[in-house]
Amino acid sequence: MALSFMEGNEAVARGAIAAGCTFFAGYPITPATTIFANMLTMLPSKGGICIQGEDEIASMGYCIGASMAGKKVLTATSGPGISLYSEQISFAIGSEIPMVIVDVQRLGPSTGSATRGADGDVQFLRWCNTGGFPMVVLAPKDALDCYLLTLHAFNFSEMLRCPVFIASNKEIGMTRESVDLDSVKLPPIIERKYFQSNQNSNYLPFEAAQNSAPDFLPIGDRTLVRQTSSTHAPDGYITIDPNVIAQTQERLINKIESAQDKLTLYESNHRKGADTLVISYGVTSRAVEDACSKLEKNGHRISTLTLKTLFPVPQKLICEESAPYRRIVVIEMNMGQYIDNIERVFFKNKMHDKKIDFYGQMNGVLITPAKIMEVISNG
Amino acid sequence: MDSFLNTKRPPVFCPGCTHERITKAVDSAFVKMGLLPENTVIVSDIGCSGLFDTFFNVHALHGLHGRALTYAAGIKLSNPALNVIVTMGDGGLGIGGAHLLAACRKNLDLTLIILNNFNFGMTGGQYSVTTPSNAVVGSEFLNQAEIPIDVCSVAKSAGATWITRCSGHDAALSDILCEAINHKGFSVVETLGMCTGRYTKRNQLTPKVIDEMVEHLPAYRGVVEENQRPEYGDQYRKLASDKKNFPELFKVEKKFDLKDVKRQEIVILGSAGMRIVTAGDMVCYAAISAGLNASMKNDYNITVLRGQSVSEIILSPEKIGYAGIESPTVVIAISDEGVQRRAKLFGKLSPSTLVLKEKSVPIPETSANVVEIDFKEYQIKKQDWALASLGFIASRGEGITMEMLDFALKSRFKPAVYDSAVEIVNKLAKV
Repeated sequence: MALSFMEGNEAVARGAIAAGCTFFAGYPITPATTIFANMLTMLPSKGGICIQGEDEIASMGYCIGASMAGKKVLTATSGPGISLYSEQISFAIGSEIPMVIVDVQRLGPSTGSATRGADGDVQFLRWCNTGGFPMVVLAPKDALDCYLLTLHAFNFSEMLRCPVFIASNKEIGMTRESVDLDSVKLPPIIERKYFQSNQNSNYLPFEAAQNSAPDFLPIGDRTLVRQTSSTHAPDGYITIDPNVIAQTQERLINKIESAQDKLTLYESNHRKGADTLVISYGVTSRAVEDACSKLEKNGHRISTLTLKTLFPVPQKLICEESAPYRRIVVIEMNMGQYIDNIERVFFKNKMHDKKIDFYGQMNGVLITPAKIMEVISNG
Repeated sequence: MDSFLNTKRPPVFCPGCTHERITKAVDSAFVKMGLLPENTVIVSDIGCSGLFDTFFNVHALHGLHGRALTYAAGIKLSNPALNVIVTMGDGGLGIGGAHLLAACRKNLDLTLIILNNFNFGMTGGQYSVTTPSNAVVGSEFLNQAEIPIDVCSVAKSAGATWITRCSGHDAALSDILCEAINHKGFSVVETLGMCTGRYTKRNQLTPKVIDEMVEHLPAYRGVVEENQRPEYGDQYRKLASDKKNFPELFKVEKKFDLKDVKRQEIVILGSAGMRIVTAGDMVCYAAISAGLNASMKNDYNITVLRGQSVSEIILSPEKIGYAGIESPTVVIAISDEGVQRRAKLFGKLSPSTLVLKEKSVPIPETSANVVEIDFKEYQIKKQDWALASLGFIASRGEGITMEMLDFALKSRFKPAVYDSAVEIVNKLAKV
């Protein structure tokens, strides 16, 4: 075993390189800047391109152009930058432009606190687009996850032709820790599916099988490619045909929702005899696991579920993992953003008998294991 | 090729709109230059200028208002062989002002055709950044309170290498566009035209008036001598090609066996300029060399040369979960600012905690085991206090040993720096 020592942001950059990312554009912002800084040391020597945009909107525009030219692209920012990204994110969703976007979350609202962590953007990431289309949001809990989930994020993004978010946190991105990158089994790299031309078919840039993303050809290919942010038909030209529009909208939703099983990443620790399951994500899940280990030493068995995929909501997983438990405790580094999704899953699946407790904290410091033990023990 | 025009999608402009003439001039330029459709991209954004991408049989990207230049830059950087032509209106010009400035400064090989018709045609003829103050437009009196910009002069001052201003009715427009596309670098063609649907209904604007405007405005016709310089893509690739070394992952194998390893929580309380983060790094690398896990959280001011600098380090044989400090085993107090930042910590320390404090640094009352050292007496410079402290804790086996520390210094510092670092850590090693 050989350990390296790095912050989560460096791990994201290394994960991106391992995934075959060749283009980065971003704008400096604490606590995400070191992703940019790392990409700037890594991409040029590999023939990749790393650009500082004149602002966040431009950074996204560069990424969109590069992705449409066939590159695997990464960008990184924090909450204030996501605000500016959002118009371009809507474009990337509606026009099926793959990219990975890292949000190293900091305490909000607004400019908030540049060097204080939070998981306050979770629902912002989910609903960041006009039209309310589903998003894929992955949440790392440590540097190793930053590496691994970045690889998954690129895979999901290429597979579904959509932007994929990594909801990191200052407390992961800028915390250095020992990490054994060789210890993880990496997923096989998924590449964008290119259109295979044959004599019988013309390329329609948005023609796709049901619940799937369209096959890709880059701008600059021998076959002409159209890309547009406007409501479009499979040929890439504006349409007002309600049936065509409805089909596209449904496909944009279904391609993500129907992939839920493939997209669901998590860790769980079921302790025998436990009647309580603590559900958490991100850096908070580390304190949760510490708290439950300490409780176990005192003879109090509590199980844990750590969600790595926040969206699309892993409904099946939440139902299955929660089923044996009387009580569900949700801990979040915000004032309660994901708890509603969990309650909705229980409601939809008629799991009305669960006692649900919640603790949220967003004051610039990590939630301590002691606090979590107190919340669990007071139930 | 006779024409690049998409016969299935003919122009849909209002009768008399200058945009239609420009469409034809663009087509004629493409034909004259013998461009290949597959090597050519039109990038457009919102407004009537945003319809251009649909009229041509070339690659096309139509995006958000004012952002066309950003997509175009991403495409061109990714595929330098493409001819990338951008159309923007005076609306896009205003909202995308930062992108125009960036494109001028970069000098990436893009061609920007500005279709300036002095108002927002699509939304009701509101005033734009180029609307004259005395024009009658759809924004009541608002344009009277502002002045228009001369976009060519803006582009020049921002570093554009090729600028032409002309009438959209200029008979030589297609030749001008050929020149613009041929120019290696960022080229700007500002065409002045008539929005017959909105603007000319209430303003006296004819091709003749436009010619007079072009004549009276500062003249821009082609190469801007004083801005000539290498194209951005070439320049970027040249600079980037010198960066040959990928920062390979630095891996540390377990080299030392420690007995009775316990979790350590080490807090270094310093201030800017004391190289606290470097010292923290060394502690962690030392620990990793003994197969321990390590984590380090840093707290410093955004203005990096002032204020506190605090490192919170955990070393543990177990996997580290919560990365906050719960019960410190070692506190290194070498700056008042750092101590103030964590003042509450001291009251909670137990007698088993070692506090190393510099003589000049006051600390709150504590029941910890406090060792005071006068760093000046050992002739240690303030910027080396953190590093010197590591010698003190390593020599006492607090979490790390001297061997481990030496390994960390040797593997992370260049030889010359290593030698002086060893000298520094040794100063307090025997105290």
